[in-house]
Amino acid sequence: MSQTARLRRAFRTDSGKGLTLVAPPFIYALVMLAAPLGTILLFSFWTQDFLTIDRTFTLDNYREALSDPLYSELLFRSLRIAGAVTVVTVLLAFPIAYFVSFHVRPDRKSLWLFLITIPFWTSYLIRVFLWRVILAFDGPVNGTLMGLGIIDEPLSWILYNANAVIITLAHAFAPFAILPIFVSLEKIDRSLLEAARDLGESRVATFFRVTLPLAMPGVLAAILIVFIPTIGDYVTPRLVGGSGGTMIANMIQTQFMRLNNAPMGATLAVIAMLSVTVISLLLVFVTRRWTRGR
Amino acid sequence: MRGPIITLEGVQKYYGEYHALRGIDAEIGQGEFFSLLGPSGCGKTTLLRAIAGFEDISGGRILLDGRDMDGVPPNRRPTNMVFQSYAIFPHLSVAENVGFGLRKSPMSGAEKKTAVGEALEMVGLGGYGGRAAHALSGGQRQRVALARALILKPKVLLLDEPLSALDKKMREQMQTELRRLQRQVGITFILVTHDQEEALIMSDRIAVMFEGGIAQLAPPQDLYRRPASRKVGEFIGMMNFLPARLIEAGNPSVEVEVPGLGRAILEPDQCPMGTGGEISIGLRPESMTLLFDGQNAERVAQGVVEERTYYGDMTYYDIRLDGAPNIVQVSMRNMPGRRVLDRGDRADLAWDARAMVLFC
Repeated sequence: MSQTARLRRAFRTDSGKGLTLVAPPFIYALVMLAAPLGTILLFSFWTQDFLTIDRTFTLDNYREALSDPLYSELLFRSLRIAGAVTVVTVLLAFPIAYFVSFHVRPDRKSLWLFLITIPFWTSYLIRVFLWRVILAFDGPVNGTLMGLGIIDEPLSWILYNANAVIITLAHAFAPFAILPIFVSLEKIDRSLLEAARDLGESRVATFFRVTLPLAMPGVLAAILIVFIPTIGDYVTPRLVGGSGGTMIANMIQTQFMRLNNAPMGATLAVIAMLSVTVISLLLVFVTRRWTRGR
Repeated sequence: MRGPIITLEGVQKYYGEYHALRGIDAEIGQGEFFSLLGPSGCGKTTLLRAIAGFEDISGGRILLDGRDMDGVPPNRRPTNMVFQSYAIFPHLSVAENVGFGLRKSPMSGAEKKTAVGEALEMVGLGGYGGRAAHALSGGQRQRVALARALILKPKVLLLDEPLSALDKKMREQMQTELRRLQRQVGITFILVTHDQEEALIMSDRIAVMFEGGIAQLAPPQDLYRRPASRKVGEFIGMMNFLPARLIEAGNPSVEVEVPGLGRAILEPDQCPMGTGGEISIGLRPESMTLLFDGQNAERVAQGVVEERTYYGDMTYYDIRLDGAPNIVQVSMRNMPGRRVLDRGDRADLAWDARAMVLFC
């Protein structure tokens, strides 16, 4: 058998076809994801020597990043803010997903999902800017509340701090949380809910004993989808966060750009990534009881 | 039949314009195995769900143990249901599924555990408690669903086509087992099915439903022997329908002439009240017999075998009667020494007027 014939035969097998199919995205991921990640990892073990980079392997950056209270404060604040965003987003997304799945006529569901994606029609940056306007000192929120006589002076805790970051990100990530929860709610066999009622449970108890546990895979997906990217967000904290809402990604950006210390930036990026990985794995592990086997 | 546990009084159900239940009246006795039988879309499942409390009725009353069920939600009704899909909770173990309804029971934890064990034992799943529910086979799911409903000792157990998802062998086994279980626990069972054979095998009484109404409510033997209408006769088992001519509408008996067979005198119970259409008689395939080699009978008709279908235990013949346009189907048990006729063979056919039903 000639070499080419053998090759051709190899491509005709199932695994050969599969490999051919995944090859383009695989190469893309390798070049655009794995290579930059490797570079970042490499940089984190180097040091900046004024204008040049010292390429000797060292853990100095990690030592500094873990000992300097500024960095750990920023990292913990990022985790706190991302955690709050996740809790707020998932808590607000669940009722919406529940409503669409359980109370919207089947032929209207896709329309509702379409409407939910409307915020995406506007650029993320513009949406963040709009929140800055909405939450501003003389913005519509303060104006309305003052006009109604509910408050005497403009609220100062809604802009240029962590709260503003949470409000803005929770809005931006809502559709990402709604969709996976909706999908898992859709998958629930409705006769299970009737069975729970038939076996003597009220609507509320049925929700907590059947609906919620069965929706857990979707809730977990929503948590991860919101939590992971918000930790690394730097546009929102930059625009609405003020000094109290600055997050780790802002520091990474500062290190890379303004301070011209790419190795330190890379180190912070690696630490942030590791924190996210550990927390996500922990979450998956803890919720395995509800998500296994289905 | 002891006193009624369920009384249905003119139960109506509309879905918008669609009239799903058109005034259902029935009494279902304590400890009875009652079946709702009919083709799909006849309203049998709607009626069952209305009894369970999953459908509000548009008119009439449902009395359960003498209490009007209007506005009572399913969790407060003394009924439990075995769903067509079994509705086994996939996130719970077998034992957790069976014990699901015991949360508010005054039993202690240990007592509940014993009750769950006994319920599983009763349906033949002793020792399966720790298994994951999603790893069960269809037959096992069904048993779990049964145990889960019966553990609550309902006054009425509702079964929505519980056997339709099982293969034939499993279904036959479960039919016997359900019947045994029902006798053992003494609870009223209401079974919804479209399988007439299943209804005949299991039920004390059967309500045959067509288009939202009960066409006939009778014990299986009466239903089979004396269907109240041509439609019921067609639906339950096989039946030959032969056009007939009225000779004398005497009191109480009726004499008819059936082309190809001859004259027959029918008693009043063989003549259900009809709507006054064309007259025909119904005759089951097994109530006619082929005569072989010198056998004789009181009433004999002749014909030719048009088609023959061999089933192993039985042979079905389509026979064209002499001097008549119709073909009758006759079933014969295949016994040792009995011949099987071929297409085109002449056949002598013995029949009996007592097996006839007159429809008009």
